[in-house]
Amino acid sequence: MREKILAIIEKNSRIDIAELAVMLGEEEIEVANCIAAMQEEGIICGYHTLIDWDKTNIEKVSAIIEVRVTPQRGQGFDTIAERIYKYPEVNSVYLISGGYDIMVTLEGKSLKEVAGFVSDKLSTLDSVLSTATHFILKKYKDHGTVLTKKYTDERLKYTP
Amino acid sequence: MRDFIADKIKDVKPSGIRKFFDIVSEMQDAISLGVGEPDFDTPWHIRDEGIYSLEKGRTFYTSNAGLKDLKIEICNYIKRKQNLDYDYNKQVLVTVGGSEAIDVALRCMINPGDEVIIPEPCYVSYVPCTTMADGVPVTINLKNENNFRLTAGELLDAITDKTKILILAFPNNPTGAIMEREDLEAIAKVCIEKDIFVISDEIYSELSYGDKPHVSIAAIEGMKERTLMINGFSKAYAMTGWRLGYAVGPEALIKQMIKMHQFAIMCAPTTSQYAAIEALRNGDSDVEMMREAYNQRRRYLIHAFKEMGLPCFEPKGAFYVFPCIKEFGMTSDEFAIKLLEEQKVAVVPGTAFGDCGEGFLRISYAYSIDDLKVAIGRLKIFVEGLRK
Repeated sequence: MREKILAIIEKNSRIDIAELAVMLGEEEIEVANCIAAMQEEGIICGYHTLIDWDKTNIEKVSAIIEVRVTPQRGQGFDTIAERIYKYPEVNSVYLISGGYDIMVTLEGKSLKEVAGFVSDKLSTLDSVLSTATHFILKKYKDHGTVLTKKYTDERLKYTP
Repeated sequence: MRDFIADKIKDVKPSGIRKFFDIVSEMQDAISLGVGEPDFDTPWHIRDEGIYSLEKGRTFYTSNAGLKDLKIEICNYIKRKQNLDYDYNKQVLVTVGGSEAIDVALRCMINPGDEVIIPEPCYVSYVPCTTMADGVPVTINLKNENNFRLTAGELLDAITDKTKILILAFPNNPTGAIMEREDLEAIAKVCIEKDIFVISDEIYSELSYGDKPHVSIAAIEGMKERTLMINGFSKAYAMTGWRLGYAVGPEALIKQMIKMHQFAIMCAPTTSQYAAIEALRNGDSDVEMMREAYNQRRRYLIHAFKEMGLPCFEPKGAFYVFPCIKEFGMTSDEFAIKLLEEQKVAVVPGTAFGDCGEGFLRISYAYSIDDLKVAIGRLKIFVEGLRK
């Protein structure tokens, strides 16, 4: 049941518990308990809203930053990752395989603000060797949802 | 000028949903629950293979019976699902949708006057295709109290010394009924005893929501040699527009069917055949995902009808529910038209699938939950209005 609940609420976290229970053929109380347990266990970490900021009048700049670091003895990458994720403007921090070590995504009000964060805060951290900042120009798809096109049902209204 | 049109086609009734098309085409904001095809797009990796085949210039005819690789994958699939062995070279014909397979099979089997037993409600083409092949359709009215399954007793009552074929279509369009192994065993016994051939239209085989997976009647002992299994890619892989299906069965029949297919069609579309190979090789998880989504909507609708007080047996297959509207004292047609005009919700009257569909509606759940919610909300207002 957990897997099925997660698959549905990952796409629609606002779904009503009673409706979810009907769709899964389970009792409402069991579904509610299951969700509560998953929150408790930290499997469900939050409920967010997917927003296409480009369609609003609010200016926002997003960037992906590749960071190369020197891991620290006995702690690997965890300490430096923590130093980075504590900044509130940082959206996500991933340790990754490949040509660099840590990928940071962040959001700022302007290009200048993001640039300032990278040059003043991120680059000056002791174990950071180098950074490469990529500004996002356009979001086509985010969290499995296509942002640029709206679905239209082109099927015939009646087919046998 | 002479009348150049053949009498037998003039006698075929046009589809019962034609007039609904005319009404709905005038409407701006009608919500349709009348569609018999998936709302999902064909999974991208399958479309991509179709595109790739075009890029490679694979725009030629294939052999009449279909691409060898596709026929092999079809046989592998049937082995995987039904544990049946077919010879890809002699027992498979790739067709233009399941529809062509139905037509060609009937024309290859019927001698004038042969009777074909067709349990109704059912898909719209069986009766006209039988008539056009000079056969005599003998319909059985399936019953709500049997959950619209065919019983051995009903079959026996319909058999005469002219009966040749039984068309079995489960999971069923429009009722959503399924036949389980025990049900099929009873039917198989009669077919063997009375020497009847079965055309088994299993186009909805992947959309079965019971505890056990779909069983083909061909998998019942003694039936493989007297069954033509028809299936296709439309429903399972959301590939309706690709027009691709297949028939699998006894070599003697397939041999004749290939001949007719060769003269009528030449071969099924090449691009679709390449895409279908990909579907069979790597499409299981897509099917699983879609089946789960349909199942959730199915439960949602059954629950909604229960709350509305509309009697409805629990359908366990396809993507339709078949609620009963007899309490309102209207025909299915009247109900469907009034519902469309007043609440702008399009459903198909049960009578489009046979006279015994009177008093029922076919409601499709090949729609997103959000669309279903809006439509069900309107249906509820309509039903409550009628009850006042």
